[in-house]
Amino acid sequence: MLEVEALRSRFLNLEFDRRGFVISPEQTLAVAKSYGETRPELLDPGHADFQVCLPLLASLASGRRLPIDFPRTGGISMDGGKALEIFQPVRPGSSLTGRTHLHDIYAKSGRSGRMIFLVSRMQLYSQAGEHLVNIDARQVIREKEAAKGEGT
Amino acid sequence: MTKTGIQDVIFGEALPLVQMDTSLAAGAAFAEAVGYAGSGRFEDHAKARAEGLPGAVLPGIMAMGYFSRMLGEWAPTSRILHLDAVFRAPVLADQPHSMTGVVTDLDEEAARVTLDLTIVNAGQETRVFGTATLLLP
Repeated sequence: MLEVEALRSRFLNLEFDRRGFVISPEQTLAVAKSYGETRPELLDPGHADFQVCLPLLASLASGRRLPIDFPRTGGISMDGGKALEIFQPVRPGSSLTGRTHLHDIYAKSGRSGRMIFLVSRMQLYSQAGEHLVNIDARQVIREKEAAKGEGT
Repeated sequence: MTKTGIQDVIFGEALPLVQMDTSLAAGAAFAEAVGYAGSGRFEDHAKARAEGLPGAVLPGIMAMGYFSRMLGEWAPTSRILHLDAVFRAPVLADQPHSMTGVVTDLDEEAARVTLDLTIVNAGQETRVFGTATLLLP
């Protein structure tokens, strides 16, 4: 059974991945059109404020999902959701750097057992070093039956 | 009614209910565009069932696209500052789903609006729950 407090002390807020991205105007246009976006700044490459659409930002993934020395979770992993915090628009075609750390680790218990939530945060920066966006990915781990009660 | 500024927004008001396009074709097109295609779970009911799913599903982040679209149609000049989506259960392709939102906080001085957003299936079960913060002129 994972000890949440020990994991928090050891892993929170330590960068474990750094990756470069370039999002093409063609790809963000294709994504925006596929869900029926209507805002001109997301659909018109000639718009003065043309920018990358939100679900495409949410799709950006780090090279590793967890730190290399993170213990095996031993449960069933699910995608619990995504969150975006936008400080500045992301421009298609620009060079970006995503720096990822574990932002939060917590547990919830219910009738079906305990679930561990791992929140990875990718901080997206422009080439000039401006912090553009935070992208949070929530990974939910439902602990296996055999793991319940161990260490309690 | 379309919102053009913070003065148009009323605390507690609900956004118009939107019927979503959950067709297999829509989900597959989104998956292809975003780079998720290939596994079959977004494009093929039989392949999704072989993976243990009840049928093909929409990519989770497509819900964020639909939320973005709904917010853009409600307040076209707004800017999304924060968007959070909790994937509580899969959105099944080719099944009717609808989405709406409600204004839960209004800061006229900062011109910011906070909304709760939901996607429900035909049985009114919440599949995706979200929150958004918008900046309005």
